[in-house]
Amino acid sequence: MSPYALTLLFIGSAVIGYFLIRNVPSLLHTPLMSGMNALSGITLIGGLIAAAKGSLILAAMAIILAAINVAGGFGVTDRMLAMFKSGKEKVR
Amino acid sequence: MSDGLFYLLGGIAIFGLLADIVMMSRVRLARAGNLIGVGAVLLATIATLSKFDLWSSPWPISALAAGVILGLAGAYRVKMITMPQTVALLNGFGGLASALVAWSAIDASGQFERNAALLALSIGLLTFTGSAVAAGKLAGWLSQKPVILPGHGPLAVALLLAMLLGIVFNLPCLVLIASALFGVVFSIRVGGADMPITISLLNSLSGVAGGISGIAIGDPVLVCSGGVVGASGLLLTQIMCQAMNRKLSNILLPRGAVTVTGRASAASEAPSAEQPPWSEEALASALCNAADVIIVPGYGMALAQAQGAVKKLADRFIERGAKVRYAIHPVAGRMPGHMNVLLCEVDVPYEMLFELEAINGDFKNCDVVIAVGANDTINPAANTAEGTPIYGMPVLSVSDAKCVVVCNLDTRPGYAGVPNALYTHPKVTLLTGDANASLDNLLKILG
Repeated sequence: MSPYALTLLFIGSAVIGYFLIRNVPSLLHTPLMSGMNALSGITLIGGLIAAAKGSLILAAMAIILAAINVAGGFGVTDRMLAMFKSGKEKVR
Repeated sequence: MSDGLFYLLGGIAIFGLLADIVMMSRVRLARAGNLIGVGAVLLATIATLSKFDLWSSPWPISALAAGVILGLAGAYRVKMITMPQTVALLNGFGGLASALVAWSAIDASGQFERNAALLALSIGLLTFTGSAVAAGKLAGWLSQKPVILPGHGPLAVALLLAMLLGIVFNLPCLVLIASALFGVVFSIRVGGADMPITISLLNSLSGVAGGISGIAIGDPVLVCSGGVVGASGLLLTQIMCQAMNRKLSNILLPRGAVTVTGRASAASEAPSAEQPPWSEEALASALCNAADVIIVPGYGMALAQAQGAVKKLADRFIERGAKVRYAIHPVAGRMPGHMNVLLCEVDVPYEMLFELEAINGDFKNCDVVIAVGANDTINPAANTAEGTPIYGMPVLSVSDAKCVVVCNLDTRPGYAGVPNALYTHPKVTLLTGDANASLDNLLKILG
């Protein structure tokens, strides 16, 4: 894809994201933030592409860091969301 | 793998990310949504590994495995109380990873790609250094107070200009140094209560760095998720700024410390006494006969680790037949939604947690308010003391209630530096000292 098309895609996805995220209640702001933080680790695939193009050490560092970001981010988000329980669930 | 299949899988992954966000808006679906997010990233990773035939190359695969193991081990080992610094640190890792990816593309063929790579490099690096400083402050390794260097404002502007020059004229080393320093200069001057804004902003920037590095290396999945994360962080930043009535520019660009003017102290004088302060017996009877109780937690509750004691007190009120709710100010704590996480950890059902707008009108009908470690978020000076940093900030109107108990460590002003008029208000009983002990005393009164 041409870089100009990608730029448009970037802006478009930001706009769509903005309107979807507006519906998230403040109750879930921390998990939202850490979940989105985990998503930003998808730069992992950027690291893989860099590896394919030959810059191995740089890519390996990027991959490790991004993988920690993804796995750690989704992990803590899941732990937090598991704690959000309603009154009924507590009784059970 | 053919290009067609690669783009199809990429499209499905992006759809999964959007589904993740949609499900995040419902508490019951949020956990499943998070798993869909995991699936989306997994799918994008598998598609990329296949397209570039990386399955058999030892370096990338072992780096991937090592990162995932380290990340998961960390995620299930950290304590909930350290969540703000954990999120900040993870965010920094993402930023640095994007910067490295961008660095691999700075010699791209097209001028546009090269500029995109340098831009991603600068944003990624400043996200990394900024997040590292923020994490250090949150963890207490660095002072939580704002550090203002001599010439802080001009220095920040100069670094920003150097960064832009480096991007425009293809000078990677200049970009590297200027952006890394800018991240530090930006974060170091942010103090405790501005942390929710800073963390949200850094979160947004890590997404933007990822997205722009995606433009540099030509990967649409990276571009889309970067855009979504960037928007999410920006929206949270906006919400936090509104909740503190602060302009983003005031936090980004230093304008010197705000001084508290004389009008603030005037506002902190107690309003004319409509009733004498609560006697011990009156307070005990008010607590014992309360039918409607609202608890207001603040960062002090997190510091004192008093959420368990708060829950105990709430349970006692409920046993006595009272209705208990929690009023959560959007910027209470050190990250967006901080109080909710702490309370849910000690098994407070989420139906009992109410946002500022949802509960602020109910204070006038409630019998007892218990504020634990909250200060600026309940300071009535925000409505009256023009010219102070908190003027115009929406606050919880706790003084509308019949009886208010404030459990704070001391009577020093909160982060904003504005004296709290509540401390001398006739309706308010102030219990200073460790919140756990204060709450224990209240528990004893309830019997």
